[in-house]
Amino acid sequence: MLEIQAITQLFGGLTALCDVSFTIRQGDITGVIGPNGAGKTTLFNIISGIYRQTSGRILLQGKDITGLPPERLARLGIVRTFQNIELFGQMSVLDNVKVGLHTKSHSGLFSCSFKLPWHLVEERRIAESARRWLDFCGIPDLADQRADSLPFGKGRLLEIARALASEPGIIFMDEPAAGLNSRETQDLASLIRKIRDAGITVVLVEHDMELVMDVCDRILVLSLGEKLAEGTPREIQENTSVIAAYLGEG
Amino acid sequence: MKRELLKFLILAILVAILPTLLSGSYLVNVLIFVGIHTMLAVALNLLLGFAGQISLGHAGFFGLGAYASAILTTTYGINPWIAMVAAAVAVSLLAFAIGFPILKLKGHYLAMATLGLGIIFFIVFNEAVELTGGPSGFSGIPNLKIGSITFDNDLKNYGLIWLFTLVTVLLSVNLANSRIGRALRAIHDSEVAARVMGVNARLLKVQIFALSAGISAIAGSLYAHTMGFISPTSFGFNFSIELITMVIIGGLGSIYGSLIGAFILTILPEALRTFQDYDIIIYGIILILMTMFLPGGLVRGIPGLLARLRPADKQEEG
Ligand SMILES: Nc1ncnc2c1ncn2[C@@H]1O[C@H](COP(=O)(O)OP(=O)(O)O)[C@@H](O)[C@H]1O
Ligand SMILES: [Mg+2]
Repeated sequence: MLEIQAITQLFGGLTALCDVSFTIRQGDITGVIGPNGAGKTTLFNIISGIYRQTSGRILLQGKDITGLPPERLARLGIVRTFQNIELFGQMSVLDNVKVGLHTKSHSGLFSCSFKLPWHLVEERRIAESARRWLDFCGIPDLADQRADSLPFGKGRLLEIARALASEPGIIFMDEPAAGLNSRETQDLASLIRKIRDAGITVVLVEHDMELVMDVCDRILVLSLGEKLAEGTPREIQENTSVIAAYLGEG
Repeated sequence: MKRELLKFLILAILVAILPTLLSGSYLVNVLIFVGIHTMLAVALNLLLGFAGQISLGHAGFFGLGAYASAILTTTYGINPWIAMVAAAVAVSLLAFAIGFPILKLKGHYLAMATLGLGIIFFIVFNEAVELTGGPSGFSGIPNLKIGSITFDNDLKNYGLIWLFTLVTVLLSVNLANSRIGRALRAIHDSEVAARVMGVNARLLKVQIFALSAGISAIAGSLYAHTMGFISPTSFGFNFSIELITMVIIGGLGSIYGSLIGAFILTILPEALRTFQDYDIIIYGIILILMTMFLPGGLVRGIPGLLARLRPADKQEEG
């Protein structure tokens, strides 16, 4: 569904990604792993349109989407969460998810100011959908809290709920389990499966190997900006160069 | 939403009965200014409080509206209402065009750029003597008229200006509680996350800049037609700072806060006539104190402050 072709990213003299190619298949849960500084977040930043890569192309369902800005990609069904949670801190939890529905609604400055009838209908629909996604992620009771008052784990769930609200074709999650306790991590694993079962392709960067091996269908291994390996969890576990890279890292 | 309606009705009733309680045209005149300042503060708040984008040049847009109205009606004999609409549309379009390059800037750079913009407008008001009358001002601007009613006394002007102010407040509250208002606050909190969620941050910032400038221009037209005389000193840097102080006092992102901020900063100088030459210093001190002690503004901050002063029944977080 999403083809990454020969992506290279230079930051000054530093090569963050070097000629990485990979294909993400529709309906899969794909894991991206690798030691710190491997270029995982950089890859997500490029795919979501936040960085413009030095060279290489990205195709979505065969269509070239290279260089499109994040807001266009969101409309094409590509969303993401962030390694350092990026919530709208001063807004309520419900309003955060409502922003996720931005691409699913259309009222402009004029109809919003004058509260035109179709705008009111739309607002009701937005509120209903937003609550449904909070339910989906298991945090319906937090709707009225301020986002920046949430504990870390709940913040991660809210970020996922907000991303899902745009009904994406593919969601990228950057270290969704970082900072979660083991219980929360288990719940996250079942949430990730539930997302896939809802027909959304999932790609996640994760350091928790147990989680990765448990939920992923395919895995991409990056190390120092290069693609080290790709394959099923089983193949990756048996791959000697992967083991070496991780042991070398400590 | 019911509460929003109630707040608005209370305000509308207050506006309707206030002049009957006040004796003398002096106080009514002060309230006319409160109305104009409220329009301006609310307009600036849409930009500063919601989208999180600063403008140190908003007095310039106010001035552009005033001068456009003055010149179109007095020099070219155009109907004041048409002049007002033309001024608002022209200023919005101008802000839209300027907004694209200028709103790419962030933080201090945006502050500097809008400051420069305000200064340029101020220089034009002063130097384009043939058009604007220069430093000595522009007089003989006609009053607005509806049928046989001419808005030529304080009470009529009060009604006219507060009608515009109430409409501005109502539409802004609606906007704030809508999809667009949420998108603006999202940009404020995390522009990158807002964009990833599909908000066209760049376009929306420019749109709100244009809307804000347009409302300021309408306030400028109303000012010109009620006063009949304008001069550049009303549209300088000091006034831009005064507007920002109003927004901060009332609270960023609080529409009714802007009204209260405008009220306080309009009444205060009247009460403290003796400090006239020091007003900019007083605004500076207010800004510093507010940022230190009440960063959320009066409307949001006072309840919190009261709670802190009442330690006996303080509530622990569960
Ligand atoms: N915006 C940037 N400017 C310069 N260097 C960057 C930037 N973003 C990432 N890098 C560098 O690129 C490399 C890969 O970083 P990153 O993608 O965050 O790694 P990972 O997410 O795999 O831990 C690191 O060496 C990092 O310092
Ligand atoms: Mg990372």
